[in-house]
Amino acid sequence: MADQEITLMKGNEAIAHAAIRCGCDGYFGYPITPQSEVLETLAEQKPWETTGMVVLQAESEVSSINMVYGGAASGKKVMTSSSSPGVSLMQEGISYMAGAELPALIVNVMRGGPGLGTIQPSQSDYFQACKGGGHGDYHLIVLAPASVQEMADFVDLAFTLAFRYRNPAMILADGAIGQMMEKLVLPPFKPRRTEEEIIKECPWATTGRVGGRKPNIITSLELRSEEMEIINNRIQAKYREIEAKEVRFEEFMLDDADYAIVAFGSAARIAKKSIEIARSQGIKVGLLRPITLWPFPTEEIKKLAGKVKGILSLEINAGQMVEDIRLAVEGKVPVRHFGRLGGIIPDPDEVVDVLKRSF
Amino acid sequence: MVYKKPTLLNDTPMHYCPGCSHGVVHKLVPEVIEEMGMTDKTIAISPVGCAVFAYKYIDVDWQEAAHGRAPALASAVKRLWPDRLVFTYQGDGDLACIGTAETIHALNRAENITIIFINNAIYGMTGGQMAPTTLLGMKTATCPYGREVSLHGYPLKITELAANLEGTCYVTRQSVHTVAAINRAKRAIRKAFEYSMQGKGSNLVEIVSTCNSGWKMSPAKANKWMEENMFEFYHLGDLKDTGSDK
Repeated sequence: MADQEITLMKGNEAIAHAAIRCGCDGYFGYPITPQSEVLETLAEQKPWETTGMVVLQAESEVSSINMVYGGAASGKKVMTSSSSPGVSLMQEGISYMAGAELPALIVNVMRGGPGLGTIQPSQSDYFQACKGGGHGDYHLIVLAPASVQEMADFVDLAFTLAFRYRNPAMILADGAIGQMMEKLVLPPFKPRRTEEEIIKECPWATTGRVGGRKPNIITSLELRSEEMEIINNRIQAKYREIEAKEVRFEEFMLDDADYAIVAFGSAARIAKKSIEIARSQGIKVGLLRPITLWPFPTEEIKKLAGKVKGILSLEINAGQMVEDIRLAVEGKVPVRHFGRLGGIIPDPDEVVDVLKRSF
Repeated sequence: MVYKKPTLLNDTPMHYCPGCSHGVVHKLVPEVIEEMGMTDKTIAISPVGCAVFAYKYIDVDWQEAAHGRAPALASAVKRLWPDRLVFTYQGDGDLACIGTAETIHALNRAENITIIFINNAIYGMTGGQMAPTTLLGMKTATCPYGREVSLHGYPLKITELAANLEGTCYVTRQSVHTVAAINRAKRAIRKAFEYSMQGKGSNLVEIVSTCNSGWKMSPAKANKWMEENMFEFYHLGDLKDTGSDK
């Protein structure tokens, strides 16, 4: 089967191909290293001639995210991608989308900060992605791919979750996953929805008053405090439902583990190598890899704290996810953090040394 | 019947101050939409500013944009729904200040949209602060001694700027302070909407307007002040019309 063909490409290219294949209606972006290949690949593939997908280079990330707002508000399956400084610029628009409950996909191929920082990989936008990021009480659904295959697979998954809950979803990757080439099987082609299907599936969307229906209004504004609290409570109830139903994670060699590493994305791949080295030295370590960073696998980590003697949070940042791990563990076992900064990727051997020193 | 309220203009009491130009433009827009038979094919974008609640009064589909970003929303909507009538309705703070980049680039990409631009030379909703379009010498809450070049720079003629962009098709400056002006403004809106449906590029209809509350004048005095001061700087008329050439 042609669709099952194994190909070799960069994570960023996989995002672009997966978008075309999953029936995405529009991509709006702005160049920034290390994710520019997403827009470049789309421009090269010319999906507007095949699937009819719109691809547009905007004048800024501020504009891209607001194009995504407009597209999503009209019921279309739309996305953008960027890297850390660009995603900071998008926070206003993301907050508005969360407030207006719009489904869309934002891809952040993280680089080191703060500020202009570096173009090398980092995981230092965990807080921004998982704790809201912009103003107001809101959450994104955050997926953390650890391979080029997952870069491709999570595009459709992110759209599915975004539309299921009418909430923006984010793929939180990093420069390593975005830039590295790996083999993958691209997802099968899914046609774009017809306008009739969109109107049926998204009766809330501003598609024009087709059939003379009442006007649809997409807004995040409500000046009456009592009404605004009701809206907020409804959105919060949606978040509780997502937390209950959509937690995703991977377990690796945890059955007999004395210690656990918790790591996502690129750091999880380093952790697997470290576990192999540690086990060869008689240290029984396993990995819990959150796939959804929000909702966070709090319950699973709580259970883990009842089985192991210590947990190491391995992150390519100064210690962000470790706060959520500590909240889950509630002091039952020691929780340490190890990370490298400035775009440096931890070495598996240094992680093993940290494990030995920490517990 | 010779005169009637457009069906699309609903009966919700407007929040606009008595004497404000928004009320008149809010009647013209739905009139044109109805006359063009686009009631069920219109997607409108409202701004942040006094017209933020435009969606409460005109019964078409609306998206409420972040401050200044309406042209970005409209660009995407029109590309994704090419047979829809897509327009933004924005004030001078929204369009000519915080959203300058979105305005210029959407216009110059020749997006097949119309921007309706209410220029009253002041920030009305936030209580009368200086706008990019505030005239020199004009007093506002943030230039209480009058706008001065040394402190605040010059008022921005963004419509002239737009007329110089390759992507724009029809750029015009109108007003709604007399019956004749209202009729001209309506024809301008109709022309802009038609060009955007014919795929002729982007269209900007500026309406030089009064903000009698912000200007601290009676409605009648505000209209007179506008004629004597605003029109001196913001000349009325078409700045560009390439629609018939294309």
